[in-house]
Amino acid sequence: MATEHALTPSEYISHHLAFNAKPVGNGSFWMLNYDSLIMSVILGVLVMGLVWWVARASTSGVPTKGQAFVELVFGFIDDQVKNIFHGDRHSFIAPTALTVFLWVLAMNAMDFLPVDVMHHFIYAPLGLEHWRSVPTSDINTTFALALAVWLLMIFFSIKVKGLGGWIHELFCAPFGAAKFFKPKSAAGFVGLILSPLLFVANFAFNIIEYVSKPLSHSLRLFGNMYAGEVIFLLIGLWAATGLTGTIFGAILGAGWSIFHILIVALQAFIFMMLTVVYLAMAHESH
Amino acid sequence: MNINFTLIAQAIAFAVLIWFTVKFVWPPLLQAIETRQKEIADGLAAAQEGRSALEVAAKKSEVTLNEAKQKASEIIGQAEKRATQIIEEAKGNAKVEGDRILSGAKAEIDQEVNRAKEGLRAQVSALAVAGAEKILRKEIDGKAHSEMLSKLAAEL
Repeated sequence: MATEHALTPSEYISHHLAFNAKPVGNGSFWMLNYDSLIMSVILGVLVMGLVWWVARASTSGVPTKGQAFVELVFGFIDDQVKNIFHGDRHSFIAPTALTVFLWVLAMNAMDFLPVDVMHHFIYAPLGLEHWRSVPTSDINTTFALALAVWLLMIFFSIKVKGLGGWIHELFCAPFGAAKFFKPKSAAGFVGLILSPLLFVANFAFNIIEYVSKPLSHSLRLFGNMYAGEVIFLLIGLWAATGLTGTIFGAILGAGWSIFHILIVALQAFIFMMLTVVYLAMAHESH
Repeated sequence: MNINFTLIAQAIAFAVLIWFTVKFVWPPLLQAIETRQKEIADGLAAAQEGRSALEVAAKKSEVTLNEAKQKASEIIGQAEKRATQIIEEAKGNAKVEGDRILSGAKAEIDQEVNRAKEGLRAQVSALAVAGAEKILRKEIDGKAHSEMLSKLAAEL
């Protein structure tokens, strides 16, 4: 900040929180935050490429240190998935969990890059006025991931139970439906009255669930990473106020970074676990 | 903080990454780990097998050793028995042989004695005749009395 012209604090923050957006069409939706996209793609290629590079040369004999590390991650993910999902996890869900965990972890970890240093020495010389390093502090990224998981959830629901089974579940779970094709009994008569009410209740419940899942999934990650970034910016603001501020800013920045390691790993883990849980739930019939 | 086209781009990136992991990253790792797990399990099973085989072999060798010991002592006992038997036999044979030789010698001695006696008798009679002849030369005709003297000698 010291190198920039006299910005007010709000200008400083909004400067750092602005995306490098390019319009790709008409309307406010047709904008592309290509800083988020490029950072996430670079990180995805880097992380999964690294794992792929190790996996390609993997041996069942004595593993190299790299392979041992990758196997450690592999075993960790595999264990988590095994505990939640009881099916053929190796064909899709476990690899997806690995991708989600490593990718989100890498994207979250970009929060450790000091914003002003990165901006001053790397982005500004490249002619980039706004550049967001942390793709997961962009709601578009987290919502894209959550939405993809949501679509997979519906896909697996239909694949496992069939379209009819899925629609049946939409209306008949979780409260169940009264058996109403018993016209001669009194219970059948009650069921005839009750069932449409249950259908409505079930359907409303399921719709709420389907809406809340991707929202909570994406907003949890986004909120944590965005808040982390804002706190770094506030510390940066203090650091720009003079010598005392710089010293305290450095100490607080270091402290927040260390604490942020926990948040970065934890949020990646939570995001991965929720992905697995949602996909596992889609496989279960009620 | 607007929802915009980035959403779709990121979702596509995510899908590609998942596809890549499912296709290229997970299978080789899984295979390597599962193969190693199997190898370790096999190794442990083989070790267990080896241990039990060793136990069986040890038991078997012990049994064989005991049998061999028993057989050896049996053989030694038999040999000892046989040795004493042979010694006894030899002793018996020697005694018989000795007796035989002794009796043969005795018979020969008797024979010699008899023969000597016979010779002596003849010589005694001859000497007696010769003596008598010398004494009786003058009065007794040798020829007339030799018949009587040989009769006398036969009677001796």
